[in-house]
Amino acid sequence: MSKASSPTTTKISSFMLMIIFIVLALSLTAIILAINAWYTPGQELTAGYLLLIGVLGVAMSTYILFQTRKRMLRLKIEAPSITTTIECRKCGFKSVREFQRGDYIFKEVEPCQKCNVNMLITAVYREVKERKRERFPF
Amino acid sequence: MNILAVMASSQQSPQTAQWPLGGDTFSWILNLLFYVIFIMVFMVYGQRIQMYSMLKEVEGSLYKLKCIKDEGRKIAIETIKEIGKSQADPAARVDRFLEYFTISPQSLDPAGVVWKLEHVLDVRDTRFKDEVKLMAPAADETQANNLENTLEAAMALNYIYKIIRHFYLLGKKTLSLYIIMQIQMILPLVMREAEAYASALKAFAYGQPIGDGAGALIAAKLMHGNETRKVPKDCVVSTVLIEGRTAYIIKAEGPGGNVGKIGEAVKTIIEENEGKIATIVMVDAALKLEGEVVGEVAEGVGAAIGGPGVDQFKIEESILKYRIPINAVIVKEDIGDAVSPMRKEIFDAADKAIERIKQVILERTKEGDKVIIAGAGNTIGISP
Repeated sequence: MSKASSPTTTKISSFMLMIIFIVLALSLTAIILAINAWYTPGQELTAGYLLLIGVLGVAMSTYILFQTRKRMLRLKIEAPSITTTIECRKCGFKSVREFQRGDYIFKEVEPCQKCNVNMLITAVYREVKERKRERFPF
Repeated sequence: MNILAVMASSQQSPQTAQWPLGGDTFSWILNLLFYVIFIMVFMVYGQRIQMYSMLKEVEGSLYKLKCIKDEGRKIAIETIKEIGKSQADPAARVDRFLEYFTISPQSLDPAGVVWKLEHVLDVRDTRFKDEVKLMAPAADETQANNLENTLEAAMALNYIYKIIRHFYLLGKKTLSLYIIMQIQMILPLVMREAEAYASALKAFAYGQPIGDGAGALIAAKLMHGNETRKVPKDCVVSTVLIEGRTAYIIKAEGPGGNVGKIGEAVKTIIEENEGKIATIVMVDAALKLEGEVVGEVAEGVGAAIGGPGVDQFKIEESILKYRIPINAVIVKEDIGDAVSPMRKEIFDAADKAIERIKQVILERTKEGDKVIIAGAGNTIGISP
């Protein structure tokens, strides 16, 4: 595994990009031709077909382009937000903060602001916002 | 009528001959050609087109796997540099570590294979620990355990990437639909596992509790505030009074990433008590089926413990010797949740599981009995 191999991983295939842009250019040309044909008597049907091809081509290439970008964004390993809950065993004072390296469940941390007794980490977890679930009959 | 035909018909001259059925000759020829080519291409090259589309799909996933694997390597190296404070660059050593392999023992004669497997795993464990010590000399025990787990996750990602690459290249070389097909079919599951390991990397690097630690968390909650003592190997035990019964709570020693040898610990406690144990309750995280809810608690019988099977074997041997009943309480989660930072639902399930354990003890034992409660799983981020 070489160090040189890592930069290539963030690159999207140039061949793929070339194809997408060629399709986009051709689709735009088709739209222009469609407009041109529309104003030529007897070419209305051709104009319609060219417009259909153009719009479909533009829609498909932009969709693929967005998908590729989305994929690029997704390739990074995301660190989820982790919550640490700290509690005072004496007065029950509770505080919630972002996880810090070195935190672990049942670790004694800084003294309580109210009663000066060392507080305890009682929970370390991540919260997942569930996407709207599909409804299944089973 | 296809577009070529339409365009051709729009250009026709008044002299063009008319086809008896209505359209012009040129348009009909184009139409015919289009359908003939269409049918011929899909009849002759249909399978090949399907194969190429499958290869493209595998290639896309392979590219993603490569990114994940490289990121994993980067995280491992960065963590070692940060924690280990090593003078030398750990990259070369990490690369060597990622290529490590373990050969499982020969099982042609299965008698005694568990002990052979245990020995191989012990050697592997010692080797890993030594390597981590060399890579990160300044790391304390907890950090060294976390680093070991981080490297193991990076190693798993490297292995997955290499396997998929192998089948992809083999498929491309042989152009065999069946080689490509088998890898394409299992790809969604492989990618899911790879993504799970990717999220595990950061959790291990930072020492965050993971979903697999549900059993260890439940045991830690039960033993919290009581004295603990070490039992072989890498485990702790605490004697707690629950509902008038003496409960020996066992878990791997934390808060570093460690699964311990729960089987050995259970065996030790049984032997210490000369087999006078009324029941054993094993607690662990278990893989849920699709449609089941994360953090659901279920109850059953048997040794609830994962891993290569050595610990399960040891527990089963010990309970068989003294005819001790064994119960299991599990917390359900999927593979992604098991190795990524612990979800709130799993954390909250710990209290429900404790209630279930108490219920099992009340129903299955008498006051004054001795019970063992063993929380299996990786204790990373959970003390003691």
